[in-house]
Amino acid sequence: MNVPSTILTLLMGIGLTLISLWVGQNYHFLLPVSATDVSPEVDRLFGAMLTIATGLFLLVQGCLIYAILRFRRKPGDDTDGPPIRGNIPLEILWTAIPAVICLGISVFSFDVYNSMGGLDPMASGAGMGMAHHHGHHTAIAATLDEAPAMTGTEVALGLGAAPGSQGQAPDLQVNVQGLQYAWIFNYPDLNVMAGELHVPVGQDVQLNISAMDVLHAFWIPQFRIKQDAIPGRPTQLRFRATQPGRYPIVCAELCGSFHGAMRTEVLVQTPEEYEAWVASVMPEAETTETGQGSAVTLAQNPQNLTDSEYLQVYSDRLGIETRSIAQLAPAAL
Amino acid sequence: MAPAELRTPGAIEPDPEPWQRFFSFSVDHKVIGIQYLVTSFFFFLIGGALATAVRVELATPEVDFVSRELYNQLFTIHATVMIFLWIVPAGAGFGNYLIPLMIGAKDMAFPRLNAIAFWMIPPAGLLLIASFFVPTGAAAAGWTSYPPLSLVSGQWGELIWILSILLLGTSSILGGINFAATILKMRIPGMTLNDMPLFCWAMLAASILILMSTPVLAGALVLLSFDLMAGTAFFNPTGGGDPIVYQHMFWFYSHPAVYIMILPLFGAISEILPVHARKPIFGYKAIAYSSIAISLLGLIVWAHHMFTSGTPAWLRMFFMIATMIIAVPTGIKVFGWVATIWGGKLRLNSAMLFAIGFVSMFVVGGLSGVMIASVPFDIHVHDTYFIVAHLHYVLFGGSVFGLYAALYHWFPKMTGRMLNEPWGKVHFVLTLVGFNLCFLPMHYLGLMGMPRRVAEYDPQFSTVNAICSIGSYILAVSTIPFLVNAVYSWVAGEKASANPWNALTLEWTVSSPPPEHNFVGQPVLKTGPYDYGVTKRGESRKPISQLKASDILSGSTR
Ligand code: HEM
Ligand SMILES: [Cu+2]
Ligand SMILES: [Cu+2]
Repeated sequence: MNVPSTILTLLMGIGLTLISLWVGQNYHFLLPVSATDVSPEVDRLFGAMLTIATGLFLLVQGCLIYAILRFRRKPGDDTDGPPIRGNIPLEILWTAIPAVICLGISVFSFDVYNSMGGLDPMASGAGMGMAHHHGHHTAIAATLDEAPAMTGTEVALGLGAAPGSQGQAPDLQVNVQGLQYAWIFNYPDLNVMAGELHVPVGQDVQLNISAMDVLHAFWIPQFRIKQDAIPGRPTQLRFRATQPGRYPIVCAELCGSFHGAMRTEVLVQTPEEYEAWVASVMPEAETTETGQGSAVTLAQNPQNLTDSEYLQVYSDRLGIETRSIAQLAPAAL
Repeated sequence: MAPAELRTPGAIEPDPEPWQRFFSFSVDHKVIGIQYLVTSFFFFLIGGALATAVRVELATPEVDFVSRELYNQLFTIHATVMIFLWIVPAGAGFGNYLIPLMIGAKDMAFPRLNAIAFWMIPPAGLLLIASFFVPTGAAAAGWTSYPPLSLVSGQWGELIWILSILLLGTSSILGGINFAATILKMRIPGMTLNDMPLFCWAMLAASILILMSTPVLAGALVLLSFDLMAGTAFFNPTGGGDPIVYQHMFWFYSHPAVYIMILPLFGAISEILPVHARKPIFGYKAIAYSSIAISLLGLIVWAHHMFTSGTPAWLRMFFMIATMIIAVPTGIKVFGWVATIWGGKLRLNSAMLFAIGFVSMFVVGGLSGVMIASVPFDIHVHDTYFIVAHLHYVLFGGSVFGLYAALYHWFPKMTGRMLNEPWGKVHFVLTLVGFNLCFLPMHYLGLMGMPRRVAEYDPQFSTVNAICSIGSYILAVSTIPFLVNAVYSWVAGEKASANPWNALTLEWTVSSPPPEHNFVGQPVLKTGPYDYGVTKRGESRKPISQLKASDILSGSTR
């Protein structure tokens, strides 16, 4: 029955490691579906951090609970504990180990950030003056005619192309505008405007994000990407969705009283579905050369518009007037 | 409790002083300290009521309890009250009460300034609460008050919010000057910086942060008020201003602010654990210097709150690494605390339970903190309930648990009465259970896709939110045993001796409550603050902690 304490400690260490590894492998129930090519890497990063966190959590809590049970003062014992004031090797150890762990997490994070396109010079702001990007696109209530024509030649901060496709134009560009309290999507190549985001699966999609009034934040939890929409400053996101389906688009930055209602959906579609959707919205856009057509469609023909139900329910109460929607028509594009 | 052997030689009962002095412009640091603590606790109750209203709204996915407009005001004022009117002034309250006593001084360096600093708080707080009743309602742009939203939601509420924070910030700066001057200049002869109790180190570190960062917040808010009232365009993009510059200025203060809120409690925990574990603090210098390291590093990590604000990649990487590095000195403290209680003779009273609870809960917030320092992961969870969980593990699990530990520990010194122990334990258990039930599930909500600052949410989250709300009701109830205990004990509790815990820091060498001007004559220090278990060379085999006050402090201590 007399197990030496070193062996006990060793066994506990092994047990703790195994539990941490097990937790770190089984994080999937803590996250929504992962639906882009790089989002699983973010999940792996989370898994790794969760492994380490579990280990440290169990270590500290284990010591605390053990101390509470084992080292409580016996009734009547008024003496002090041993006058131990420190232990330099131990202190070096618990300085060095966290330092190495943090370094490791930093390197891992850097790597994942790179695969997400964070270091793409077109989106990273590398070599860019800190505050040059004001100039002409500062109008808070820009009509689309005045709005920055985001051609991709200008640095819009955010997440850019993955290392493999840097310097290449994306397969699809969508201009995303946040306004109190809706997301409006413009497809410049199609001359189409929509209240939901439709993207073909497997394609390299770039979102040019802007805001009309206050800050908003464009978040797709299943894509693990988020970017603030900032009035007067273009930002961008770029992704390649891999799992067809419908996912929520959530506004994550407080933008006023209906902030919680500022939601819509992204539809990741097979090429056929996507083409069908394009066909269903295109004819009208073509009939009216000015592009006014789509705006009218938005206001008058909800079936063709595929606005999410949520937006339809609230749109009249949200204060999005037809006028401001009309201003958004991709006339200039 | 064993009868205290460490008794002030010739201690006399201080004359019962009239309670009215607590409502006067007293310049006695002990009165001011208690004024701070009672005032901030009052605001804690108000902040808690607002939080409970927030959780009632969130118990169901629909907007049904308050209007959306009011909801935004509720969480904005909740956070503002908790931060600027509870945790920051409560930390300052302990600083005021304890620093002069701990370093053997008769008062703070600038007693009048001290009183002025305190008396700015009640008007600022009442102004803020009153703003609910102005026509456009209270501020509703979050405690961060980002423009342009803060410029277009209720103008008067926003203006009052700015004025109130400016007053509170000024108060905090005055307090910081006072703490730093007192600690640096008024120590008892023979007490070098490295002989100071760790609480003083922590207050010094917090004061450095206050002095470096608070003026920047004041600058940001003055400019914001110009944009708001005079139509200037510092931050308003309509006129060519830059809303992101505000974020930089705001977080240049507000990240350090989180350390301003936790450092005093780091210090308090470093005092409480050794006393009740009957062991010296483990690694005095490491804990002392890590406070300074945290405060300096804390000045260069602010943009980790802005990873999705269109921050350039190199800045994101810089701030990620700087933030990760802060985990190292923080880890040093946590491991030092664990090692302090390891092998001790733990007295598991309410103060000690809250102190151990502090370490345990703070670790959770620290671990999630390292996770969200990682840019790719933070891009997913920023502005979600994961952040709400994180910030409450550090602010509630950390600062509030620490404040409770400190209240249980120093209440006898401040009032001359003991708190009731069984009720203290009920309070601890309710707080621990309610807190974890309320905030642990929020990690999951954030990861799964629930943003923060919303009055309505996807119904898939309703069960977990209901659990959080139940936790918050338990938390609300948990304050009752404490309140009753504190009020009852203050009036009619068991009388406390000068040193009920057999502690070695100087505040315990004088009567409870201490006499005016604390010490008579010029006391001289003879032992260190953490000499538990140490026997005095030659003289006696009795541990130092069992000796009389005259062995700690020579010279008359009255
Ligand atoms: C006691 C110390 C507490 C502190 C220092 C504190 C501090 C904060 C802070 C800083 C925020 C962020 C608000 C913002 O960024 O706008 C917040 C939000 C929140 N707090 Fe607390 N809090 C405390 C206690 C509580 C309690 C007891 C509850 C629940 C009963 C609670 C519930 C909430 C909720 C639900 C939010 C999120 C509101 C939203 O984003 O919609 N807090 N708190
Ligand atoms: Cu929003
Ligand atoms: Cu921070």
